[in-house]
Amino acid sequence: MGMTIGEKIIARAAGVDVVKPNDIHTVTLDRMMSNDGTTHLTVDMYNTQLQNPSVADPDKVVFIMDHNIPADSPKTAQAHKKMRNFAREHGIKCYEGQGVCHQIMLEDYVCPGELIFGADSHTTSYGALGAFGTGVGCTDFLYAMTTGTSWVMVPETIRFNLHGQLRPGVYPRDLILTIIGDIGANGANYKIMEFAGDGAHNLSINDRMVLCNLTVEAGAKAGIVEPDQKVVDYCKSRGREAVHMFKSDEDAEYTAIYEYDLSKIEPVVVRPDFVDNFALREDVEKEHIPVDQVFIGSCNNGRIDDLRAAADVLRGRQVAPTVRLLVAPASQEVYLDAIREGIITDLMEAGAMIMNTNCSVCWGSCQGVVGENEVLVSTGTRNFKGRSGAASSKVYLASAATCAACAVAGYICGPDAL
Amino acid sequence: MSESRVWRFHSDVDTDQIIASQYLLLPTIEEMKGHTFETLSADFAKEARPGDLVVADENFGCGSSREQAPSVLKALGIKAVIAKSFARIFYRNSINIGLPVVVCKDLYDHVEDGGKADLDLSAGTVTVDGQTFSCTKLPEYMQNILNAGGLIAFLNKED
Repeated sequence: MGMTIGEKIIARAAGVDVVKPNDIHTVTLDRMMSNDGTTHLTVDMYNTQLQNPSVADPDKVVFIMDHNIPADSPKTAQAHKKMRNFAREHGIKCYEGQGVCHQIMLEDYVCPGELIFGADSHTTSYGALGAFGTGVGCTDFLYAMTTGTSWVMVPETIRFNLHGQLRPGVYPRDLILTIIGDIGANGANYKIMEFAGDGAHNLSINDRMVLCNLTVEAGAKAGIVEPDQKVVDYCKSRGREAVHMFKSDEDAEYTAIYEYDLSKIEPVVVRPDFVDNFALREDVEKEHIPVDQVFIGSCNNGRIDDLRAAADVLRGRQVAPTVRLLVAPASQEVYLDAIREGIITDLMEAGAMIMNTNCSVCWGSCQGVVGENEVLVSTGTRNFKGRSGAASSKVYLASAATCAACAVAGYICGPDAL
Repeated sequence: MSESRVWRFHSDVDTDQIIASQYLLLPTIEEMKGHTFETLSADFAKEARPGDLVVADENFGCGSSREQAPSVLKALGIKAVIAKSFARIFYRNSINIGLPVVVCKDLYDHVEDGGKADLDLSAGTVTVDGQTFSCTKLPEYMQNILNAGGLIAFLNKED
């Protein structure tokens, strides 16, 4: 029996020829990432609970402050200080304000075929470059950082064959929100979502990041796009070499195979309070739902393509007086590109507030939270109850273009309604 | 027999509902635990007692990887979470910190919020009103981690 991409990555990390679903293997990790959402607790456990505390290989560990950066309270500042000091003491690279962790990892570290643990659920993003990234808690992270290893139960794989191209005005975010709507919030629980087909290869690396990033919202352990020349070129452009370019075998086994014609995907608005609460934008538009705040950013949709799409809608228009538009580029690199392209000027002239690069509104702490009963339309990752502020607030999810249109119109709609 | 109070929750309870983002950077789990299930139940954090059970429908603990979610439940003394199914990161985190997570397809439909149930962890059964339901067994590797008291105790034992 053949193996899927994910199975091949686990086999490599386990140092064995063959793995099959539900086997448990000890694996050597290629890299480990932790952010300021939990690292203070990891450091406390390291200092107080380990018999033989040590960091197996500091070069494989990356710390990234992105959730509450810059610090919003003395307690947060103390958590950051703990993280920063630990990194310095152990020779761990620590990013502070350069961007959202997954964007930094994509820009600076991830290579195809790697097995990466991140203490953040959206670590699934790394499948954009053909890697197996999965989210873990701080205890798992601590074990991994200390030993360089961990255990994994080999997941089953679901295959998504993508065909053709998205139409203009339809984005990868609409595609993945459609898929999650189809399979449900636990439709891929414990499983790998593997994307292949000509439609997958038509997508840019940034587009693939959008897909893989949100696979965890269907419960997936990893999301992986079959790597191709675009992955090789991306890695090369950043001084990295793509070595382990795994593809699934012809006779690999899947628990399900789905076919998607990308030209049939329509713009989506996901209703509160679950990511699988799918609706077509054209249906939501008819309801004229008033909007209080719009957010464009996050590890899902804060890249240059998203800012360009937003600027194309906002250029020469004004944000409605009843709406606050907040924009947080996903990294400093994205932010600088947007400045060079004049996008930041366009957004600010339209009335947007530009935030520093961090998780911002999507994480519902630190900045930009919404008040009682307010409506937020967001490019963030989640719309759970109270995710971005008051428990009675409502979060709708949509693409950057749709979000920009909502900011101008003051109600939920697409750019065509302007 | 030791009957536990049941706190019953719906399907797709996400980790933001178990413990919201705004509390995650507090210095300790002790300071966070008073906010457990804040958006879903005004009483839970105040009234939950050691030995109580959290019972839920499908996909309990979906969403973020925040380990603070199982940690606050453990800190409140919750004996176990029993659900029809769990989201994978929450499930793994729970085992890692030594909080029993039990898959039982039948319990949810046979118990009310505030009702009583008797969980026998070693036998893998749960009893309500004289009716006994069996729970899914953990793979041996994970059971060993749980038996050790969690992954760190397991690691210290390995060393």
